[in-house]
Amino acid sequence: MGRPVAIIGVGQTYHGRRMDVSYPELVREAVMAVFKDTGLTPDDIDGVVSGTMPSMMEGIALTHFYFADAMQAVGKPIMKTETCGSTGVSIAQTAYYWVSSGAADLVLAVGHEKMNEGNSQATMTTVAEPFYQRYFISGAPGVFSMQSQMWTARYGIPEEKTRDAAAFISVTHHDDAFDNPYAHIKLKVSMEDVKNSRIITYPVRLLDVCPNSDGACAVIFASEKMVKKLKKKPAWVRGVGYRGEEYFFGDSDKVVWEAAIQAAQQAYDQAGIRNPRKELDVAEVYNPFTFQEMLFYECFGFCELGESPDLVLKGTFTRKGELPCDPSGGTLCTNPIGATGLIRVAEAALQVTGKAGAHQIPGAKLALAHAMGGVDQFNGIMILGSEL
Amino acid sequence: MTKEFRTVKTEIRLPYELAYGETWTRFFDGMQEKKIYGNTCPKCNRVLVPARAFCPRCFVDMDKWVEVSQEGTLIAWSYTNYKYYGMPTEPPFIGALIRLDGTDVNFLHLLGGIDLSNFEEVRKIVKNGMKLKAVWSDDRKAHIMDIKYFKPV
Ligand SMILES: [Zn+2]
Repeated sequence: MGRPVAIIGVGQTYHGRRMDVSYPELVREAVMAVFKDTGLTPDDIDGVVSGTMPSMMEGIALTHFYFADAMQAVGKPIMKTETCGSTGVSIAQTAYYWVSSGAADLVLAVGHEKMNEGNSQATMTTVAEPFYQRYFISGAPGVFSMQSQMWTARYGIPEEKTRDAAAFISVTHHDDAFDNPYAHIKLKVSMEDVKNSRIITYPVRLLDVCPNSDGACAVIFASEKMVKKLKKKPAWVRGVGYRGEEYFFGDSDKVVWEAAIQAAQQAYDQAGIRNPRKELDVAEVYNPFTFQEMLFYECFGFCELGESPDLVLKGTFTRKGELPCDPSGGTLCTNPIGATGLIRVAEAALQVTGKAGAHQIPGAKLALAHAMGGVDQFNGIMILGSEL
Repeated sequence: MTKEFRTVKTEIRLPYELAYGETWTRFFDGMQEKKIYGNTCPKCNRVLVPARAFCPRCFVDMDKWVEVSQEGTLIAWSYTNYKYYGMPTEPPFIGALIRLDGTDVNFLHLLGGIDLSNFEEVRKIVKNGMKLKAVWSDDRKAHIMDIKYFKPV
């Protein structure tokens, strides 16, 4: 790793269906929030990193040009990083590497999406080429449902058990979202509601799926020198990991999913983590689908392969459990995709700096943030700690 | 929010013509002749399907072409029961990963040939590990949908 880097402030919009603001105004809302949080001004910033989903989402290409004003990037170096669902973690890593390299001391990272302005699944289907895969994936839900179905079958987990565990995850995250002022979906649901909700893409049902959200998130990354100078409570970047694999969905195993396993391992090695379930205090796992969240627990070493439904039903990953996962309500309740991975990073930063408010995990010192992208192709991890 | 703000409706429509190149052309020529072609990697010896110009892992040119089996095993599936704008396949349908006999990767296509109208009935029929067989369209256009679907054997 290069120079030490810390997050010194975060800003989020109120996520939801935000037809009350234009897209640049939405971006500015998050940028204003991070400047308020840090007391910094645009003049202090050395460079800006931005990212979204494919341009088809809102029908405007190269949105970092469109948002140059809203991000106060005029007169500064600007980069765009785009890796589909993992965009937010990729933006964070780009900003991290920029500061870590010594080429900048303060970098503003901004992720954004306005999913209600276009057609999200039609957009996501364009990630698959139109001569082979596009006919079969049915947007994001189709792919992730096939993966979840394969996972359940691989370990011979009874269908009733995975359905119960998925419903449990849905209920707890929907409850958690009430304590997150920025969350999109605030809905009281029961296990029965989830299990009996309409099938979208079997085994995934309506209440197993994230919403289409509008939202933005802004995070400021700082060098050690600036952390000391500004006297801000830092969330130190303790480890980063990122892995991709082959483009075709059928070319690699998505159950023992190497992209997820290796991304986590790279970050754990840097952070010196050997037993993540014991050592991590909280994790913000990218969970647009309940079933997929369980698969990630296994690939990240939170439990043994095939074991996650048992632990979920025991409450291991709830806010009062051994390793609380997605106390913010997670992606399941809020998914403005280009911002979502960065929201995971921001939430992890809030946790280790004790600023998460009503969904604070008491005493959290070490947190994992994650995002996944493509037709099950990429995974990115960032580990943040209260100590360097 | 007390006031509804105005919006503007807009649309982008762009025609494309994407080049297949030599390898995909040969693969889709095969589709028209009711053949599924894969090829082998000279380095890792895996049989990949659809056929590729190069091995995605070894980065070397693929060499031997093989006509692969039209039968295989169901690895994963999902029953799609929702619709979005411009969806290329009419729901309900079953997307499936199928390991064609003698190949080393999973082939993505549809599982069909059964009544898909009632999911609970579908759930009783479709089982991981079941054998499936390609069913061809009579009106083939050198296209991936020249195979209508894979049906239970
Ligand atoms: Zn090879």
